[in-house]
Amino acid sequence: MAKTTPANRSVGWIGLKRGHRANPIEWCLERLIFLVSLTAILMILLIFLFIGREALPVALGRVNTALVQKTIPVSDLDKLSESQLSDYLGLTHDQFASMDRDTLRTLMELKAESVHEGSSNQDAALNTASWSCLVRPHQWSGYPRPEFIWQPVGEIPKYNLVPLIIGSLKVSVVALVFSVPLALAAAIYVAQMARPRIREVAKPVIELLAGIPSVVLGFFALIVMASALHGLFGYPSRLNALVAGLALGVSVIPVVFSIAEDALTSVPRSYVQAALALGASRWKAAWQVVLPAALPGVFAAVALGFGRAIGETMIVLMASGNASIVSWNFLDSTRTITATIAAELGEVVFSSPHYRILFLIGVLLFIVTFLTNLVADLVMHRLKSELEGKR
Amino acid sequence: MTSPHSSDSRARFRAARFDWASFAGEATTALAALLIIAILLIILGDIILHGLPNLSWRFVSTGTGSDMFDVRQTGILPMVLGTTARVIIMTILVLPAGVATAIYLTEYARLNSPFTRVIRGAVNNLAGVPSIVFGLFGAGFFVRFVGRGLDAALSPHQALTVWGQPALLWASATLAVMTLPVVIVTTEESLRAIPQGLREASLALGASKLETVFKIVLPQAVPGILTGAILAVSRAAGEVAPILFTGAAYYMADLPHSLHDQFMDLGYHVFILSTQAPNIDQTRPLLYTTVLVLLVLTFALNIVAIFVRAAVRRRLRLLQ
Repeated sequence: MAKTTPANRSVGWIGLKRGHRANPIEWCLERLIFLVSLTAILMILLIFLFIGREALPVALGRVNTALVQKTIPVSDLDKLSESQLSDYLGLTHDQFASMDRDTLRTLMELKAESVHEGSSNQDAALNTASWSCLVRPHQWSGYPRPEFIWQPVGEIPKYNLVPLIIGSLKVSVVALVFSVPLALAAAIYVAQMARPRIREVAKPVIELLAGIPSVVLGFFALIVMASALHGLFGYPSRLNALVAGLALGVSVIPVVFSIAEDALTSVPRSYVQAALALGASRWKAAWQVVLPAALPGVFAAVALGFGRAIGETMIVLMASGNASIVSWNFLDSTRTITATIAAELGEVVFSSPHYRILFLIGVLLFIVTFLTNLVADLVMHRLKSELEGKR
Repeated sequence: MTSPHSSDSRARFRAARFDWASFAGEATTALAALLIIAILLIILGDIILHGLPNLSWRFVSTGTGSDMFDVRQTGILPMVLGTTARVIIMTILVLPAGVATAIYLTEYARLNSPFTRVIRGAVNNLAGVPSIVFGLFGAGFFVRFVGRGLDAALSPHQALTVWGQPALLWASATLAVMTLPVVIVTTEESLRAIPQGLREASLALGASKLETVFKIVLPQAVPGILTGAILAVSRAAGEVAPILFTGAAYYMADLPHSLHDQFMDLGYHVFILSTQAPNIDQTRPLLYTTVLVLLVLTFALNIVAIFVRAAVRRRLRLLQ
């Protein structure tokens, strides 16, 4: 069972091959530790799997919300294959297996009847959960021109994702424009200019901002900031992308700050010392030497800040007004992807098209943040190994 | 020129020495740092100022009375207990997994092998997954898949729903997945801070690797592991989005009795009070006081964690 390795292999602790193993209990325990350490990977896979599983029928275009569908005469019952029939009647495999032929015939009759009743609206025959309705503008009956509309509850549910995506981007842009310059400047100051004593205080205090729960920031934006800003500028809607974006910015600041500060301090001291020796001021050394060297890290900080902003839920749910309007005006009430999931998933019917579309936008969100994290992770890793090589 | 030559050149020298660009740069960045601290102080100050007058022992130790929205009659005991319970269960779930991963990464895995890179990548990614996505995951995996599966396994012949619904256990499990990276990263940091010589000495005395890890390394890392746990708790205590669909209840007349009950939660209660209250002016004092309690809970833990962590880092720096 145990591999024996020569004793002189034990040069360093890390990278040490597991050596002589006499005790089977220890062997089992070590395997257990190894297996448990796979939890993080497993969880990422499970998240993808289980959110994707609920969203898959919509993504593949297998969900049909149309009230009017092509009907198949009841007499054709025997001509259909089993899978065609269960798709037509909207049955799951188990349900289908438990039914006999008479039940199926009755179901087909009922379906034909219900289809003839709901044909008053001209959009009734439309499958609003198809990809073209999800992303392209549609000429809805009663509207003057084709429009993007998210209106999941109603006679004809409208699931266009564009208003939500624009809403999320709009709020994130406001948050980043507010927080990135502030956080980067503070990071430069704390990492390069501040005296050690000031740094020891300033860094943890700024990072304390990350300890404020987002629901508290949402509360603050809703109760205090919204009224203050409204009183100051007097715009029409009290809750809008500006209020939500500013509050969101407060939650993004510590993310951008800590990563940028980390990148700036990882630049070797010798860079600064060389610049100072050549007669540069401390500011010039920081601005022209350290910052360019740490630029990939700054990029990673901004990317992670964006990931945080686009994924934040409670602040935007409470402070953005939640009206799904297509508009780039940041003083309009705005509905984001995250707030939509939070507000609607609780009331939705399980496995309905609406339910699946909420999971679909969850997948969208997961992919966006996954990619931002991946890019930021790769960039940071590269920067660190590059700078360590020069140390 | 009437002035002596030497003083004139000194003045000119001084003028040239004063570098306006550098001064402006330094001042701007310092101002930015100050502004961020000011934002923090304004938020905290506002909440403390408005919340403190109504904070009393009665408020945190009684249940919601006849009027849920009046600070003088209601209390927040069910929410405090609910939040505490979910955080404790979460810690029990997340600590073993997080510590085991950190032990594997520091003590067993080879540094920078492709496999450890994958684990680290997964941990970093998990840290960046939006909280609402954890909520969706909890609803889809824990509640629907695991919960329904448990129901089917425990009572195959009746369609009973005991576990297949939002519950305390599922909310805690969702939060445990969310806080896993926090525990892994802090534990790893503290394990790395332990001198290599300690391990070598233990091995040289004939201890096995596992004995070294559990009897020598882990006891030294306890402060770091504790920091990880505290940070995880303070992060989880304030999170609302992951528990929206996995266990938090709008109102419950009773406290939760078992793991498959729903619960009332402090953060969720803040959300409800600020968005669903019939009269926000009447509710405002209650809202501020509830927020203050939530902040005290999360912040006190955070500050403790910062101090322990600073101590661990200082030790790490001394070693390098």
